[in-house]
Amino acid sequence: MLNIQNLNAGYGEMPILRAINITIAQGEIVSVVGSNGAGKSTLLKAISGIIKSSGTITYNHESLHALAAHTIVKRGVVHVPEGRKIFPEMTVLENLMMGGYLHQKDRQTNLERVFTLFPKLAERRNQLGGTMSGGEQQMLAIGRGLMGNPKLLLLDEPSMGLSPLFTEVVFGAINTINSSGVTVLLVEQNVYQSLKISHRGYVIETGSIVLTGTGEELLNNKDVKKAFLGM
Amino acid sequence: MLLFLQALLSGTLTGGVYALAGIGMSLVFGVMNISNFAHGDLMMLGMYFAYFAFTLLHIDPYVSLVLIMPTAFLFGFLMEKVFISRVIHHPHQNQILLTVGLGLIMSNTALLVFTSDPKILTTTYSSSAFNLPGGIYLSVPLVISFLITCGITAILSLFLLKTRTGMALRATSQNREAAQLMGINVAKMSGIAFGIGTALAATAGALIAPTYYIHPLAGHSFLLKAFTICVLGGLGSVAGAGVGGLIIGVVEAMSSTYISSDWKDVVVFVLFLAVLLLRPQGLFGKKGEQ
Ligand SMILES: Nc1ncnc2c1ncn2[C@@H]1O[C@H](COP(=O)(O)OP(=O)(O)OP(=O)(O)O)[C@@H](O)[C@H]1O
Ligand SMILES: [Mg+2]
Repeated sequence: MLNIQNLNAGYGEMPILRAINITIAQGEIVSVVGSNGAGKSTLLKAISGIIKSSGTITYNHESLHALAAHTIVKRGVVHVPEGRKIFPEMTVLENLMMGGYLHQKDRQTNLERVFTLFPKLAERRNQLGGTMSGGEQQMLAIGRGLMGNPKLLLLDEPSMGLSPLFTEVVFGAINTINSSGVTVLLVEQNVYQSLKISHRGYVIETGSIVLTGTGEELLNNKDVKKAFLGM
Repeated sequence: MLLFLQALLSGTLTGGVYALAGIGMSLVFGVMNISNFAHGDLMMLGMYFAYFAFTLLHIDPYVSLVLIMPTAFLFGFLMEKVFISRVIHHPHQNQILLTVGLGLIMSNTALLVFTSDPKILTTTYSSSAFNLPGGIYLSVPLVISFLITCGITAILSLFLLKTRTGMALRATSQNREAAQLMGINVAKMSGIAFGIGTALAATAGALIAPTYYIHPLAGHSFLLKAFTICVLGGLGSVAGAGVGGLIIGVVEAMSSTYISSDWKDVVVFVLFLAVLLLRPQGLFGKKGEQ
């Protein structure tokens, strides 16, 4: 579904990602794990077209490189950014409406789907986004992404700063979303949880992929255990 | 007491028109994060537009708004596409240089073409007034301007709150990157915001044309006012700019009444500095926002 070959990207003159190769098949959950500053968010920004990159990114046989960010979303590649980036002065409902900006017709069905997944959002539909708690904002950010009819959902650290309870909810939601047919590319620092729900994973270190395998292989890899799981 | 009420009411009426200019500037700032230093000169062009529509084509200045608004929108939209869009990701000093430069080109072209002689737009109702009980009188053109301003502000609010494009503009101003991820074409939103900002500036110019001297450098004092209004209301806040405009109008009228009309620009400037020093987030902004 997504095929990334020899991807290089950075900010201005500063290169961050070097010769990245990643493939994702339809229906998978794929994790990219790595420590702070490894380039995980940069990778997602390159895919969704927020920053420029070189190399090839092919999505369902179409190159994403020539496309502007707002056109890439139209193709069904939806990016839920790090730090939630919800619209603070809009209500929960308005935030969700913005998520459905390109899909006005499916708004009602998508809204019901989001409210079933996160009943809390239905309760808080008229609250301003900026006044929601961190965990609620994360649900809103994911819900807003779902309003955009994703085929491939890019999630950047959805569990960041969440209590264990909220983390469970979020990872549960990712599983539910995936079983409804959405392919997921998950970037996480919560290495154990994310590899556990992933079909495959990649380990990224200072801008390069250093290790790849199935979720289980990576969880049992001794370097992964040492570097991320403290074992 | 009578003087006070008179100043309060006239100030509110003029303030409404200032508010319109301030809202335009604030919208541009919110969506594009650019301070448009050509905003006052765009107002000046609106004044001349109304003047020539009246003297050459015999169109009433208030009626000429139906021509001015779409023309100014298009002018602003193109100006954004050709010039402003090039500096949107650049440091603020580049943006300031560009908009100051564009403003200078407009005012100096106006000097060349229209000369520095001030023009006066005199309609049949220019000096008529409504007499209220108690000896207060309200200038007819100011009352009409104020009512039109209220109408435009109401329509703009509805547009921003309820329509798809209006919501996309708000989303872009609240988080440009997230807006892009929703599939919003933020470059197009910048053009629309600048077009609306220009239309509001030109409309404000046309609305005060019947009560002001029209000259090529008129934009400069309006720029200061628009800026002060934006800062008062909290940069980027459209509702704040509306209230800010009314405040500036009343402050000006009060200083004309109680100090001297020569001092009103000074008072506005002092207010501008005081707000920057004491409440840089604006009167209604939350602490921590900038
Ligand atoms: N806008 C930017 N301009 C310049 N450098 C940036 C920018 N954003 C990120 N970087 C740099 O790029 C590198 C990779 O950042 P990135 O955000 O991709 O890391 P990450 O793996 O997502 O880290 P974290 O887990 O902390 O979110 C870092 O060194 C960072 O400082
Ligand atoms: Mg990151």
